[in-house]
Amino acid sequence: MIVGVLALQGDFREHIAATNSCGHSAVEIRTAEDLEKIDALILPGGESTTIIQLSELFDLYAPIRTKIAKGLPVYGSCAGMILLADRIVDGKEGQKTFGGINMTVRRNAFGRQVDSFESDLKFNGHSLHAVFIRAPWVEEVGEGVQVLSEAAGHAVAVRQGNLLATSFHPELTSDMAVHEYFFEEICKGR
Amino acid sequence: MSQNTGSEATGTARVKRGMAEMLKGGVIMDVVNVEQAKIAEDAGACAVMALERVPADIRAQGGVARMSDPDMIQKIQAAVSIPVMAKVRIGHFVEAQIIESLGVDYIDESEVLTPADYTNHIDKWNFKIPFVCGATNLGEALRRINEGAAMIRSKGEAGTGDVSNAMTHMRTIGGEIRRLTSMREDELYVAAKELQAPYALVKEVAETGKLPVVLFTAGGIATPADAALMMQMGADGVFIGSGIFKSGNPAQRAAACVKATTFYQDAKVLADASRGLGEAMVGINVSDIPVPHRLAERGW
Repeated sequence: MIVGVLALQGDFREHIAATNSCGHSAVEIRTAEDLEKIDALILPGGESTTIIQLSELFDLYAPIRTKIAKGLPVYGSCAGMILLADRIVDGKEGQKTFGGINMTVRRNAFGRQVDSFESDLKFNGHSLHAVFIRAPWVEEVGEGVQVLSEAAGHAVAVRQGNLLATSFHPELTSDMAVHEYFFEEICKGR
Repeated sequence: MSQNTGSEATGTARVKRGMAEMLKGGVIMDVVNVEQAKIAEDAGACAVMALERVPADIRAQGGVARMSDPDMIQKIQAAVSIPVMAKVRIGHFVEAQIIESLGVDYIDESEVLTPADYTNHIDKWNFKIPFVCGATNLGEALRRINEGAAMIRSKGEAGTGDVSNAMTHMRTIGGEIRRLTSMREDELYVAAKELQAPYALVKEVAETGKLPVVLFTAGGIATPADAALMMQMGADGVFIGSGIFKSGNPAQRAAACVKATTFYQDAKVLADASRGLGEAMVGINVSDIPVPHRLAERGW
């Protein structure tokens, strides 16, 4: 399977390494043409304001929205979760998202960098060690959204159809359970 | 803020270094007020550095340069949603305690300010807040990492608009890393001695071929082409200090530098980003600055 990783800003190299270690081929996505050859897309951690700005400047914003609407499997971590949210709070004034998951995400919800933390949690029943960095959380989910993890009383991993989002960064750890789930449970069979 | 779930740990090396991973491929811009911070955020900066005077002004005005006023830093924190960094003097651990208490996201222990200690840097392991430190060569970078720095930036020569020192430092760090990777294991002990760096870190770099933390570049970057040059030299991202807000059209130049940092390998995008930017900052040739007045000489 060919997996695109949006490579505008952020930790896209870590997602590429994680994807390759799961036995798939990762490619960097910087243009709309790059989107045509992929079976799935990953939106990395980084600054959501920077990533959305660059996606608009380089004509990726509308094509990514179209791909999401047509059912392309997409996984977003941290900033990627924000980008997949239909609604955000505490964002930059007027901040856009690609959207797709019927949820409200609070940006930097766990606090500033001094509040960034590591914690053990359950992801879809599997125990894993999660790294949260200036992380968002899911303030509320709408219809059709499945919650896969919680931390501190908030949803931190969710799925709606072919879209998966986590507040934390599995790409910074060696546990590939979230990536495996994305590839095996969401991408496979399409 | 964060509720405890019992098993959670804050201020670990992983969350400190991880924060820098999220900044990669981005531009961190020096800003001196709320208006500039908003321009930087709108242009796509991945973080801002809040300080009272940009390096070019520190250089021009002289005197002792210190930590910024907490009021000024907090106004900028309130104005933008992206991470905010602030500078403290080399070795001034109380300035660092103060900045940490403000909830700033990253501290730059910076040679741009006047050093408070000419022997020791801050023991950065004592803090929850992560630190970025400057380096001119691999040994200096590894000494800072050994003291707890979670991110390194090559120093360049701040406030000049002359990219030559940044280039020298990136070439030196890269060259020294490549040299380590070609060594026999039994030669690494002497390499550690020569680099004046801990053996464990030297061995790690020899094995992985890169620093254990993110490496940005700084000091003299003034144009989109400069930013792309540093990215092609292997930087993970760039700091632009005086280069943006000392130029004719800061908003446009800021956006152009952000584009150039992402599309650093695409000459057509770089050409477009370089068009019609107006006046660049007035530069100073590093070679015209007497050695004792060069900021990169501070820190050891």
